[in-house]
Amino acid sequence: MTTVQHISAGRRVKDRLAQGLVYLAFALAVVPLVSVLWLVIKNGLARFDVEFLTHSMRNIGARDAGGGAYHAIIGTLEQVLLASLISVPIGLLTAIYLTEYGNGGRLSRAISFFVDVMTGVPSVVTGLFVLAFWILFLGMPFSGLAGALALSILMMPTVVRSAEEMLRLVPNDLREASYALGVAKWRTIVKVVLPTAFTGIVTGVMLAVARVAGETAPLLLTVFFTDSINNDPFSGPQMGLPLYVFDQAGRPNDTAIDRAWTGALTLILIVMLLNLVARLIAWWRSPARGR
Amino acid sequence: MSKQIQVSGLDAYYGSHKAIEDVSMTIEPRSITAFIGPSGCGKSTFLRTLNRMHEVIPGARVEGKVLLDGEDLYGSTVEPVSVRRSIGMVFQRPNPFPTMSIYENVAAGLRLNGRVSKSESDGIVEDSLKGANLWNEVKDRLNKPGAGLSGGQQQRLCIARAIAVRPQVLLMDEPCSALDPISTLAIEDLMVKLKDEYTIVIVTHNMQQAARVSDRTAFFNLDGQGKPGKVVEMDETSRMFTNPSQKATEDYITGRFG
Repeated sequence: MTTVQHISAGRRVKDRLAQGLVYLAFALAVVPLVSVLWLVIKNGLARFDVEFLTHSMRNIGARDAGGGAYHAIIGTLEQVLLASLISVPIGLLTAIYLTEYGNGGRLSRAISFFVDVMTGVPSVVTGLFVLAFWILFLGMPFSGLAGALALSILMMPTVVRSAEEMLRLVPNDLREASYALGVAKWRTIVKVVLPTAFTGIVTGVMLAVARVAGETAPLLLTVFFTDSINNDPFSGPQMGLPLYVFDQAGRPNDTAIDRAWTGALTLILIVMLLNLVARLIAWWRSPARGR
Repeated sequence: MSKQIQVSGLDAYYGSHKAIEDVSMTIEPRSITAFIGPSGCGKSTFLRTLNRMHEVIPGARVEGKVLLDGEDLYGSTVEPVSVRRSIGMVFQRPNPFPTMSIYENVAAGLRLNGRVSKSESDGIVEDSLKGANLWNEVKDRLNKPGAGLSGGQQQRLCIARAIAVRPQVLLMDEPCSALDPISTLAIEDLMVKLKDEYTIVIVTHNMQQAARVSDRTAFFNLDGQGKPGKVVEMDETSRMFTNPSQKATEDYITGRFG
């Protein structure tokens, strides 16, 4: 009478095989990531210097070395900040409506559907939309704000979806506990539900920011572009790092190509830095701290 | 502080499904009333209708009257939020707010409802934790997260949180079902202590618990799957457990079904 069965050789082989396949798939996924990082760092370090970070391309001739991306860095930061200021409140409120008030009604299903549609809109189309509506129809000038509008359209569905998911993860027990204390619904949302989902919402917003920070097409049509520093996102053409990379990479000499690589490296670093800050905020607010 | 609850002809629905039918009873102040009965017979649903928590669930509604010292809780001008402030609730699973410390959890009801001064809330937090027999265990770590306590401590924290808003009635929905015997005993002792000040209603699956702590017991049952739950019998606990007037009550209590 045997009660303990041994794993047969066949099953052991299958186990090994499946394990090998999983590792292989992982390696395949990592290869492009590592190679992109490696290329950008290797080629970008050449011009990653103080001049690059503090100077614009004003008065830099076609074949001149030097110059920098200060104007593009300022532009990108301002545009992304503006886009976040527009899309995060709207996206968050939409997510709150969907999870807390919608109850699967007709309006909430319609909103859900259109958020999904928005997720699938190609980025260049949002740029075209802002160009057609804001700049051509309303007669507004090319500006960082116009770019931010296009970016915010791209950001919104990501923010809504991630915030919605995080709010749905908040256990219903907590809402009920708060109601049972005689706390009104909106206060329950503000004081109990949102703080509980805070970490996840921050992560979702950061992913959305990271996504739009690298968008070129919508900027091309809305912020125009410039070689000079323009600190005011509300008037006049601005620059953005993706645009800068696009512009420099299209020029026929090595100094410009080097600038393009460094621009790409700077963009990656900015997104990483923003991510780090968000992680810190999330960690600082996380309930597990100090247990 | 403690008040009487009078229920007459109460029906509760989930959408089109009728969960309880024609419940009438009087719940006396300064006493513990226990609801027993098989799963799905509407005890918890009925408990939740007493502080208007039932309607929080989408599609749920109530018909009938619930009077708190003569005042109709389902009157058209009554605000559900204020009802819940005077009728507190403790749930089956301990549910402290994970983002808040022990102190903040107890003070949550006060803080979320309006401003209170620091010294005032200090006093109330201490009183409530003492009232819930938890003060000695947590007084040195009030700023640690409430979720870091053990299950039994968390449940007592939830009781402290519920009594911190000074309700007149305390509803408890199987408060000990997730706890070990020692924590259960602690909560039972606490209930007996609290009944000097509050009207306590408890739903329990544990017959011994009902017999140990309650003054009056109501037995809920349903005629069959999908039928609404009803109150079969309600009486003094001692009589319910020794000499019930209904056959179904006797069968349930002696373990012949359910």
